[in-house]
Amino acid sequence: MTIELRIDDAIVTAEQGDTIRDVAARHGVEIPTLCWAANLTPVNVCRLCVVEVEGSRPLVPACSRPVEADMVVSTNSHRVRTSRRMVLELLASSVDLDRAEPELLDQIEEYGARPERFAAGATKHAPVKQQDELYVRDYQRCVLCYKCVEACGDDAQHTFAISVAGRGFDAHISTEFDTALPDSACVYCGNCIAVCPTGALTPLTEFVRREAGEWRPDQQSVTRTVCAFCGVGCNLDLHVQDGEVVKVTSPADHDITQGNLCIKGRFGWQHLR
Amino acid sequence: MSDLHVGSERADDAEAAAIERVLATTGPAVARVSARVTLGGMQATASRRHLLLPGLWALQDAVGWISPGGLNSLCLALGVPPAEGYGVATFYDLLRTERPSTTIERRCDDLACLLAIEPPIPTDVDAVESSPCLGQCDRGAASLIQTCGAPPRIETPDREPRVDAGPSPRLLRRALTGAVTSLADYRALGGFVALAAARTMGAEAVVDAVTAAGLRGRGGAAFPTGAKWRAVASETATEKHVVANADESEPGTFKDRVLMERDPFSLIEALAVAGFAVGARTGWIYVRGEYPEAYQRLVAALDESSAAGLLEGITIEIRRGAGAYICGEETALLESIEGYRGEPRNKPPYPTTHGLFGAPTVINNVETLINVLDIVEHGPDAWRSVGTHDSPGTRLLCLSGHVEHPGVYERPMGVRLADVIAEAGGVRGARPLQAVLLGGAAGAFVHPDQRDLELSFEAAHEAGVGLGSGVVMLFDDTVDLRAVVRRAARFFAHESCGQCVPCRVGTQRQVEVLTSERPDTALLDDLEQVMRDASICGLGHTASSLVRSARTLGVL
Amino acid sequence: MFGAGGGTSSYREIEDADVIVLWGSNAREAHPIFFHHVLAGLRKGASMYVVDPRRTASAAFADVWLGLDVGSDIALANGVAREIIAAGLVDREFIDAATDGFDELVTAVEPWTLDRTAAITGLPQLQIRDFAHAIGGARRLQLCWTLGITEHITAVDNVFALINLALLTGNVGRWGSGLVPLRGQNNVQGGGDMGAIPARLPGFADLTDASERAPFERMWQAAVPSRPGLHLSQMFEAMHSGSLRALWVIGENPADSEADGEHARAALGALDILVVQDLYLTRTAAMADVVFPAAAGWAETDGTVTNSERRVQRVRAAVAPPGQARDDLAIVFDLAAAFGHDWGAPNAETVWNEVRSLSRNHAGMSYQRLDTLGGLQWPCLDDDDLGAPFLHGRLWARPIEGPRAPLQCVEWQPPADALDEHFPLRLTTGRVLDGYNTGVQTARFPSPIRSGATLDLAAATAMRYAVDDGEVVRVVSRRGAIPMTVRIVESLPPDLAFTTFHFPEIADVNRLTADAWDPKSGTAEFKATAIRLESIDADTQGGRA
Ligand SMILES: Cc1cc2nc3c(=O)[nH]c(=O)nc-3n(C[C@H](O)[C@H](O)[C@H](O)COP(=O)(O)O)c2cc1C
Ligand code: SF4
Ligand code: SF4
Ligand code: SF4
Ligand code: FES
Repeated sequence: MTIELRIDDAIVTAEQGDTIRDVAARHGVEIPTLCWAANLTPVNVCRLCVVEVEGSRPLVPACSRPVEADMVVSTNSHRVRTSRRMVLELLASSVDLDRAEPELLDQIEEYGARPERFAAGATKHAPVKQQDELYVRDYQRCVLCYKCVEACGDDAQHTFAISVAGRGFDAHISTEFDTALPDSACVYCGNCIAVCPTGALTPLTEFVRREAGEWRPDQQSVTRTVCAFCGVGCNLDLHVQDGEVVKVTSPADHDITQGNLCIKGRFGWQHLR
Repeated sequence: MSDLHVGSERADDAEAAAIERVLATTGPAVARVSARVTLGGMQATASRRHLLLPGLWALQDAVGWISPGGLNSLCLALGVPPAEGYGVATFYDLLRTERPSTTIERRCDDLACLLAIEPPIPTDVDAVESSPCLGQCDRGAASLIQTCGAPPRIETPDREPRVDAGPSPRLLRRALTGAVTSLADYRALGGFVALAAARTMGAEAVVDAVTAAGLRGRGGAAFPTGAKWRAVASETATEKHVVANADESEPGTFKDRVLMERDPFSLIEALAVAGFAVGARTGWIYVRGEYPEAYQRLVAALDESSAAGLLEGITIEIRRGAGAYICGEETALLESIEGYRGEPRNKPPYPTTHGLFGAPTVINNVETLINVLDIVEHGPDAWRSVGTHDSPGTRLLCLSGHVEHPGVYERPMGVRLADVIAEAGGVRGARPLQAVLLGGAAGAFVHPDQRDLELSFEAAHEAGVGLGSGVVMLFDDTVDLRAVVRRAARFFAHESCGQCVPCRVGTQRQVEVLTSERPDTALLDDLEQVMRDASICGLGHTASSLVRSARTLGVL
Repeated sequence: MFGAGGGTSSYREIEDADVIVLWGSNAREAHPIFFHHVLAGLRKGASMYVVDPRRTASAAFADVWLGLDVGSDIALANGVAREIIAAGLVDREFIDAATDGFDELVTAVEPWTLDRTAAITGLPQLQIRDFAHAIGGARRLQLCWTLGITEHITAVDNVFALINLALLTGNVGRWGSGLVPLRGQNNVQGGGDMGAIPARLPGFADLTDASERAPFERMWQAAVPSRPGLHLSQMFEAMHSGSLRALWVIGENPADSEADGEHARAALGALDILVVQDLYLTRTAAMADVVFPAAAGWAETDGTVTNSERRVQRVRAAVAPPGQARDDLAIVFDLAAAFGHDWGAPNAETVWNEVRSLSRNHAGMSYQRLDTLGGLQWPCLDDDDLGAPFLHGRLWARPIEGPRAPLQCVEWQPPADALDEHFPLRLTTGRVLDGYNTGVQTARFPSPIRSGATLDLAAATAMRYAVDDGEVVRVVSRRGAIPMTVRIVESLPPDLAFTTFHFPEIADVNRLTADAWDPKSGTAEFKATAIRLESIDADTQGGRA
């Protein structure tokens, strides 16, 4: 059913069941997101996407709230901007964001977040975990967006090797009893890495290049091809830098993979080296 | 459901026996029919997930902690991925994932116990931990003792707290005479008359009566109960649930505990009435993990009532919380029953349409539910005859702190604050009153100037405070209210589920700012705004309310 | 399938199925991303039956795991068919309107009572009956299989037996219903479609039919042989008999992958000339007279591949091949030139356009359309055709379009490599998640979950043969013997051993396997080898078996 609602200054039409974010995006109104992804169920935990909806006392998360007829939504009011700025300050003051998706860093600029106001505050410190030759998990960079948990769990992989453990500020991503990843249920599909927005999870190959200052996304080309390791036909995006494949991802909008791969597709390319 | 890869450790005999008891009626998620056939699947796994928390409790009770072997075996039996089992176990304070000292004392150092006269009684323990409010503020200086191989128990000074039913005894009518521990006694006191009356009236009439009575929720949000019931009653789903929120954990609150310890049958009966009224065949009571006595009394009352055939048409399950204030938030409570981390859901949708296991669900506070018995038995008009127009009925008030006679006081809604304090013996030692905390850690201070305040929803609202869960905590002139505010802030940081950024990091930052020499008010303003505006649930929304109140009083 | 040569369904359809059967398929490990679609179906409420001698990673997700005896698939399928018929669960309308051979099938499966089926398969009668009723009651059945069905001497008959079940219940030709053969390698489907099977030309044209050959002969201005070529097993026979003297191997490693490996290597060694074109110096390449180093098809060259849902997709060169390695096409063109044929400059797109001009099924698949549409599923007849998510919708037209679908009567026969007192234990083989074929490529990335090749046994089996977890034993078959390390697992029923074939350096499993093969497909019976276990320090004599 088609309904009408107001987003900022425009009356727009939408389908019942669409989220505010969907509709806004369709009408060119950009709402920032962090824990949302097209191929995951919204968990609405980061609260970066909050907007003001007339009649609702708290702000509402645009990423998960379905539109209703005659809703009046403000996506950029002072209240909205304050909350977004604070969310960014809280995150940036507690975790290391220097390897985060560029959008996030841009937003810190745009909303004028000043994490240094909380410079004396607690940060998430955790030793970098490298327990095998494929992954690095650096949870000092983790914003607890739940994306990896969802990708490992019932949004895709159904392995559930990782979960959120603990509570409050101590909440963190963990295997059972912090078991080393190779001893856990992990099957190294890398679907968690693929969705991590902060660089907390990276393939070892990428981590090594980053540490050496040799990771240059702006110089990388991306070529789409098909995985050679079974008959499913997963699409691969080969990221090439300096004439070498440096990383493999899969397009999130392709109906075979929805962005997901298995260990062979994600890491099998290393035989090229 | 998952690949279910678990490590090599397995349950020892005691743990295995505990797991077996939890799975006694359902059996494991994967059944081996022969060496060549197994039965399992998503349905089998999903339908057992709610046994995770009882399973974890069984392990905790059996050996004092959730060991890797115990967790592995439990997860295998239930088809729960061990990482998730661990994630759930580590959510709760009372479940331990490291081998603990033999006996641990969790000593309450929350608002009321900070002010207790008696020093904590010495116990023979191996370790002492700080605990948030244990709901024993009427007794003072309470501890929860966890010993390997036994369920937890409460220790308090041997003081007989007040149970004062006031001029119109209703909720405390039976509790006044001490604990009602047998069905015969309960019936002698008029028990199970209301359920019979409800069945005679018919479901719709019960919902009408509750609506006409104007009963509003006593759990904190004051939502009209009739409207909630009508919403669920009108749902056409065949699966529906009614849930009693007995997770009472708001610091300074202990009224539900007193009701459950002294009048457990009434909650069973009230829940059966609720189920009948809205068409739910399953009822759940989620009891705070720190209330072992209430839990045992409820279990006994349920057993006796169902053995007597009184609960036809409804199956009631009692669940133990495990040390998480947030599980009192209604959707977190549902998640907890379902076997997940007690992380509140974003709303809408509300439980009335998408509640327990996705089905329409009524969830009410214990005190709210017990009110229904009188409404059904005596009719809405009689029930409305006390209280104010907008806040009919009586209210259980939890007096604690620097009051002469701490305890539960049942008073008609609209009673003057000063009157209740006076009836409770006034300020302890007749010292000057500095402030009264209404509504708990999520509430607000009132200044002695406001002692004429009427304790009704509307008057409190007008005064910019809330009745919340009925907390009336007194502070005399010796108290450093800043310390009280800091303790409350620490409470929220400890109890934040950690899901949403504003609350997870905001409550932490609030503690940090308040602990600094001169708290930066600009930071406090911003923190208040983002937590209130952008958090998922009421915990974040109200985590700064006491800070705000203290600032208004000029304390900060 | 009924003349179409490909699976009938799209992956997405399994998300809408109400009953999913994985028969001889461990998709969780062998086709992991297809299994994501299975999971989506399960989450929507489908029930899943996994038929596999092992309780595989896939079976762990099943409502019912049916651990039938290795090689008893036809017995089970016939028993299920009989029960479906007996219980009146046949889709009569569909059978009458769209199929042939029903009466014959009724007669053929009549002996397969639950009792007899249970005796042959080792499954309880009750579960066989339930399984039949689940299939019979399905509104949208997806029946998937892999090499567990096809690596048997009755490979083709196994497939027929499964097709019968889908036809009996009308579960083909509609969205959500269908038959899904999951291909083991990335382009098995495409290879077949392009004529890399003995009796076909590109587009599945029948080599033996002059009218189907004619367009090719016109295009190529050469006569196309009318006699089908040899399939792999026949080639090895021909090498042994000496009638095949020269072999050009492109991207295969038969020295490791052929059943009865010793025998196979002897055949390769006896050739006059062996030419191998590969990415790596495989064991086969090491035996070659000439090696052409080749580029990696999926990262270093352009072209197309076809997946298990008949979807043709582009592969693209992202990096240059190392050293002297060259594009396969360039190697072939150069070789043609060396034989005196100028084929022009190698270009994947022009070759593809030639395919499109000869194969109706691919006619609408220009590179441009493949690029913009993310691949197309054949048949795709012209530039307006969006391809076919599923096949055989024609069977639901009334009257149906095209030929009727035949039910096929098939008889069960036990595996060729029989168990007896000298070889009492059944060994079966399979793939694991992080491995691929003989491990040439997958051994070259540092997988943290690499298991190595172990001889997996149930605890009861190990006890029966008095071997321990971690013990190295000699595994002996009628062809050869290799040492292997025992691993005790929970996924196996008694008296069944399992291993992978990804690690020929650790365990050259194909020294054990038999080269008995299906006369219809030429596939060897990798899945059923008779073995015994011997103590490794037994200079004494014999098997413990
Ligand atoms: C953080 C938080 C904790 C809560 N704790 C409790 C509680 O312990 N007991 C309770 O009855 N309600 C509690 N509530 C309120 C419940 O969410 C819910 O409103 C109540 O159970 C509804 O019942 P009522 O309408 O009968 O009051 C809490 C709410 C929040 C936000
Ligand atoms: S690699 Fe795959 S299985 Fe391992 S934690 Fe990440 S998502 Fe889970
Ligand atoms: S590791 Fe990455 S994906 Fe996972 S919760 Fe942290 S930031 Fe999100
Ligand atoms: S507000 Fe706090 S308690 Fe509530 S959901 Fe957010 S983090 Fe959890
Ligand atoms: S994107 Fe909406 S809450 Fe994170």
